[in-house]
Amino acid sequence: MKLRFILVGVAALIGATPALSQEVGIENKARAATYDVMKGKKVVYMPQTMTADLTIAWNDVLQHEAKDLGFSLEVRDINYNTEQGARALASAIDDKVDLIVLQNSDVQSYAKLIEKAKTAGVKIIQLNMESLRQSDAYIGADWQGIGEAAGRAVVEKCAAGKGPSTKVAIVDGVPTAPVDEFQVYGFRKILASHPEIQIVSQQAANYDATKARAVTASVLQQHPDLCASFGIWDSMDAGSGAAVKEAGKTGQVFVVTSGGGNQTSCDKVQEGIFSLLISYDTRIQGTSLAVQVAEELQSQLPAGSQHLAFYTPNTLITKDNIRPDSCWTMKDLPYAQ
Amino acid sequence: MGVSKQQVSDVPSSKRAPDDIASKTRGGEKRKLQITQEGIVFLITVLMFVGFSLSLHNFLTAGNVLTLLRSVSVLGMLGLGMGLVVIGRGIDLTMVASLAVGMSWALQMTSGGLPFGLALVAGAVFVVLSGIVIGLIVAFAEIPAVFTTLAMGGVIFGVGNAFLFTSDVHNAPKNIGWLQYLGYGAFLGVPIVIYIFAALALLVYFVLRWTRFGRLVYAIGDNPLTARLSGVPVRPLIVSQYVASALIAYLSGLVIVASNSGINTRIYSSTMVYDVLLVVVIGGIGLSGGRGGVRNVLVGTLLVGTLLSGMTILNFSYSVQNLVKSLVLLAALLVDTIITPRDEQTSQQGDI
Repeated sequence: MKLRFILVGVAALIGATPALSQEVGIENKARAATYDVMKGKKVVYMPQTMTADLTIAWNDVLQHEAKDLGFSLEVRDINYNTEQGARALASAIDDKVDLIVLQNSDVQSYAKLIEKAKTAGVKIIQLNMESLRQSDAYIGADWQGIGEAAGRAVVEKCAAGKGPSTKVAIVDGVPTAPVDEFQVYGFRKILASHPEIQIVSQQAANYDATKARAVTASVLQQHPDLCASFGIWDSMDAGSGAAVKEAGKTGQVFVVTSGGGNQTSCDKVQEGIFSLLISYDTRIQGTSLAVQVAEELQSQLPAGSQHLAFYTPNTLITKDNIRPDSCWTMKDLPYAQ
Repeated sequence: MGVSKQQVSDVPSSKRAPDDIASKTRGGEKRKLQITQEGIVFLITVLMFVGFSLSLHNFLTAGNVLTLLRSVSVLGMLGLGMGLVVIGRGIDLTMVASLAVGMSWALQMTSGGLPFGLALVAGAVFVVLSGIVIGLIVAFAEIPAVFTTLAMGGVIFGVGNAFLFTSDVHNAPKNIGWLQYLGYGAFLGVPIVIYIFAALALLVYFVLRWTRFGRLVYAIGDNPLTARLSGVPVRPLIVSQYVASALIAYLSGLVIVASNSGINTRIYSSTMVYDVLLVVVIGGIGLSGGRGGVRNVLVGTLLVGTLLSGMTILNFSYSVQNLVKSLVLLAALLVDTIITPRDEQTSQQGDI
């Protein structure tokens, strides 16, 4: 009896073995459907330039995604030319592409075209610069939040009794650029609750490091006890930091800047040229963008039916918390080369 | 007006310009009374300087004056290059493109592993080549310099953008001692960059005053046809002028890289080249060529430096600063036109 049971058991095991050893898996039907929806869709990417680290990184993300998901991607570099951008945008709308990933030149220029795209049923994701006219989504830096973060850091260093003085300088880019002004607004807003902190200078350096250096050198002559310098763009603020360094005031003057987290700026944090780098990490922006593109391509909702926004989080990088991967380099982007 | 007309008619046009400096010392009483644009600008600069010194706390300190000079050194250096070309009746609007592309390429190669010195040489070769191309177009195709260089600026930057570098921010290599010293060092309390500016000014002064090349540049600027008929090798001279200005631009680029620990190619799209032109024109180097010298560039640089420093200390807004700068340029152009009317014999359509 016992033997029979054993034999049956062994036979059952033998019978079952093929099923166990040759597991073929299960097809994910949802995945196939998802890919089918996105396959063959047309996406146009319109950056302001194709030489800036940010726009190259976004391009890299989109190229990868296009290859993976099977949608077609066309890049239209407008090279800081708003008129050319308007033409490219209009033609993309006329072509009835499925999605436009648009980096606005400013808040105003493309407002009408964004409206037109909505009527034509073309979806638009705005990147890093919000137009007055909202479209399906905005993915980008939280400009005002950057200014506020800078303001909080400066208050920390320069409030009464904390720093060498309560004097603060602002180095603006161009005072008509919204990205700059959102930052300055956020910065001043935080400082407003600390009336003892004086803004002794607010000068525009036109995104030029050499001018930023000249301005900051001049301000340092007037106010040798300056406590902090807040600039709106790392590439320009390299000049402010250099002026502080030349004046031998590294460590005294708290130099705050912001940027997309390129390694060149982390290097400057390490050299002490920047005291605080507020990074709107391009890697996070890229990931967020990729998710949003996939979502827009799958969504059945008509263009313009919702206005989503994701303000990418800011990373505060200082000499004390910097890590080898705090920033990224172009070499990390296989498509960039 | 009267004085200026007298000046024009009194002095033979070929002698007027180059000997300006020398004639002042040699000349009699009448010469001393001459009103030159350079003199007016110098006077304005002195007045402004005194005014700022009296009204602004901390303006007249050794530190601030050195900062002022330090800040305009790059502008002044570019002005020397531009001045050299303008004296020869040309204009070089590619200077900023050359320095941005040449230096960025050198830095890109350095970050790719090439020794910095070698990369610098390669960058220099690039700017020399572009200078030669510009010179050839201006000298042989006889396309006005303003159009040639306007277009070539785009070509140079386009080549750089497409083939030489991929990103617009380029950091200076670390651990290069002399580069650090150039950007941040000082000798006897004076920043090194000011010495470089002074040395370049002396060099250009020497070349313009004491070399055959320099004298012939004035001859070409004063009257290219006469110069050519007199056997001056006009075309090779024009080419070498653009090569010289490209090299001076490249040197200024090196100073920028040293000063800011890097460079952003976006300065190509800035108004920098017009600021350089402002220095040259305000200083009194007429755009019609043949007149002026290093002293004019220095005076123009000082004026712009004093103006910018004062306005920064006064914390003027961006728009007001631009307005003041533009008004000063306009005034300088007007004075230039009044003091040196167009020479009917030699001016042509397309000259600027």
